[in-house]
Amino acid sequence: MKNNLLLGAEAIGAAALDAGISGVYAYPGTPSTEITEFIQRSPEAKKHTVRSSWSANEKTALEAALGMSFAGKRSLCCMKHVGLNVAADPFINAALTGVNGGLVIAVADDPSMHSSQNEQDSRVYGKFALLPVLEPASQQELYDTTVDAFHLSEELGLPVLLRLTTRLSHSRANIVRHRPFPQNVLRPETDPNRFVLIPSNARIQYQKLLDLQPTLKHRSEHSSLNKLIEGPGKKGVIAFGIAFNYVMEVREIHDLSIPVLKIGQYPLPEEMLKVFINNCESVLIAEEGYPFAEEYLRGLSGNPKLSGRLDGALPRSGELNATLIAEALGIAHEKTFDIPPVVTERPPELCKGCGHRDMFDAINAAMQNQPYHQVFSDIGCYTLGALPPYNSIHTCVDMGAAITMAKGAADAGMLPALAVIGDSTFTHSGITGLLDAVNDRNSITIIIADNDTTAMTGGQDSSATGRLHAICQGIGVEEQHIRTLVPLKKNIEENIAALKEELAYNGVSIVIFHRECIETAARKRRSNRQKKQQ
Amino acid sequence: MKKNIILAGVGGQGILSIATVIDLAAVKSGLNIKQAEVHGMSQRGGAVQSHLRISDTAIHSDLIPLGQADIILSVEPMEALRHLPWLSDNGMIVSSIDPVKNIPNYPDMEKITEQIELNDCHLLINAAALAAEIGNPKTANMIMLGAASPWTNLEENLIEEGVRLLFETKSKEIADLNIEAFRKGRSLSKKSNVWKNKNL
Repeated sequence: MKNNLLLGAEAIGAAALDAGISGVYAYPGTPSTEITEFIQRSPEAKKHTVRSSWSANEKTALEAALGMSFAGKRSLCCMKHVGLNVAADPFINAALTGVNGGLVIAVADDPSMHSSQNEQDSRVYGKFALLPVLEPASQQELYDTTVDAFHLSEELGLPVLLRLTTRLSHSRANIVRHRPFPQNVLRPETDPNRFVLIPSNARIQYQKLLDLQPTLKHRSEHSSLNKLIEGPGKKGVIAFGIAFNYVMEVREIHDLSIPVLKIGQYPLPEEMLKVFINNCESVLIAEEGYPFAEEYLRGLSGNPKLSGRLDGALPRSGELNATLIAEALGIAHEKTFDIPPVVTERPPELCKGCGHRDMFDAINAAMQNQPYHQVFSDIGCYTLGALPPYNSIHTCVDMGAAITMAKGAADAGMLPALAVIGDSTFTHSGITGLLDAVNDRNSITIIIADNDTTAMTGGQDSSATGRLHAICQGIGVEEQHIRTLVPLKKNIEENIAALKEELAYNGVSIVIFHRECIETAARKRRSNRQKKQQ
Repeated sequence: MKKNIILAGVGGQGILSIATVIDLAAVKSGLNIKQAEVHGMSQRGGAVQSHLRISDTAIHSDLIPLGQADIILSVEPMEALRHLPWLSDNGMIVSSIDPVKNIPNYPDMEKITEQIELNDCHLLINAAALAAEIGNPKTANMIMLGAASPWTNLEENLIEEGVRLLFETKSKEIADLNIEAFRKGRSLSKKSNVWKNKNL
């Protein structure tokens, strides 16, 4: 028996390959990274030369995926929820151009913020763009739905948004794979107007998108992802995406026979919902993320039958689970063991021997007697420098913001203005901010914490390894103010002195703290050893 | 047949290897599996856990509901306690006694073992010392898997096959060492009073 025990994320990768994609485009981000990694590792992707290396960011990824679709081939684009903010421009506009080859955009939301700065709900983006959204509940359904999503995309001529949340992405189950489809032939778009969104064309394309909306609703009303689990009770549950699993768990454990309406395709199937609500005396609305459907179903006048996140039956934020659903259904919480008070917190930390540790020691020493000690930083392993024992950094907002926030603070007169950004975050969204600072001749110091990899998400290739100096030079940073330091204990005094010099310089300086990630280095050593043995 | 197992430890201790072996054995046994893992930021030396569910009927939730775990298998003693709210009334704790002290305020070990011993059914394993006997500290996780394995209701030879499949990708020597570790843990459990009293 072939072992297809796959993470939800991997099930999407497998399905996209079986749907005949010619390329996947993505930037790593928890909990979406494993979709692309599955394709990168897959022998059939190599055999069929499916394009799969990492993109610089989610915007470049989605635009390239749209270009592949323009050429007539199927493409997959994957990202975490906040990545869709970066890709929002092509996302909204691709709804107007439509697609030629099938285009599926898989977005993994992170309710409870396990590895993210917010818990925004991508279904809102789907509605915003007027696109179909699919939200499967199980790993097998993810697989089947992803394959179907490519067909749907080509039938409708629209991109399709596939939404999942952390638990489904990072949970394994056995998957049955189907016979793969061949890749599309090269068949570039021939319509001279629809991809040219000048106002006269855009109005036509927008009207087409509006005219398609009843079709999208009709599809939802008849989707296999939306179905009724019958039960004689008058208390019902509408369960969206993975919430369906938790509801069914409670139904089984507590031997309930409540009717459940499972929803996995949007726009909302209004007729189905109306009939279900009318047949029930009370309805719990269970959805992961925002009370997106709940707000819509309640409307302005409200409906006293409904309960959910907005009236406190379920918490307003965070992931759901079976325990929360049981409580919301009025099932008394059985006493469970408490965590004994002796148990203390164990937060994540920088690895022992990590170069970032030596970098933060140097930063703390160099900033000690400065008029302002606040440091602007960004998203990556080095964000852990905000926690004890370092407490070195004071911002982490969005990819690239370290540089631009330092620039704005410098404009306001807060000097020194120090930014700390990782190599991969710099190439994701830091380069344009650096250009702003150079053009304004700002007095800012930018540390690029360069470990040759995208470490936090598991060590993916970083897009400008070995070329950071040349990039900064090309943007116009003066050669004598681009310095490379090696963050090692033995270099601490030298590094502090160099950093102090650049902090005192009235202009843009770049200090590259360069040392390979110890995890990546260890992995390389292991794989070299294995190669030698073979 | 339905088993809910919480695997607990600290990022980097190899609980996902334990999960993979149980998964392989469960697949061979024709059972359904759901196994939720932690990826991302918490993996960096923080507390990690995996919810592992195997069953001959359909499994709905990817997460084990509170109070429904049959076994907490922990490769670190304090981490065993962190997951107590998931343990069922008659569930058991199988834990290593080797602390990972990567935090400045790690509690007194006696207080931790005291709390574990409050549970009617527990098994504490000196995994580091046993792994040292085998000659490879990295085999501690397979010792722990061996110790918990009698209560998984999975056949011994299928679990061993899983250990071999997982570690053979590295080398035959490493696979052999890990099988030795698994057997060591398992025989220790089988000889224990806990097994005599709680042969579920």
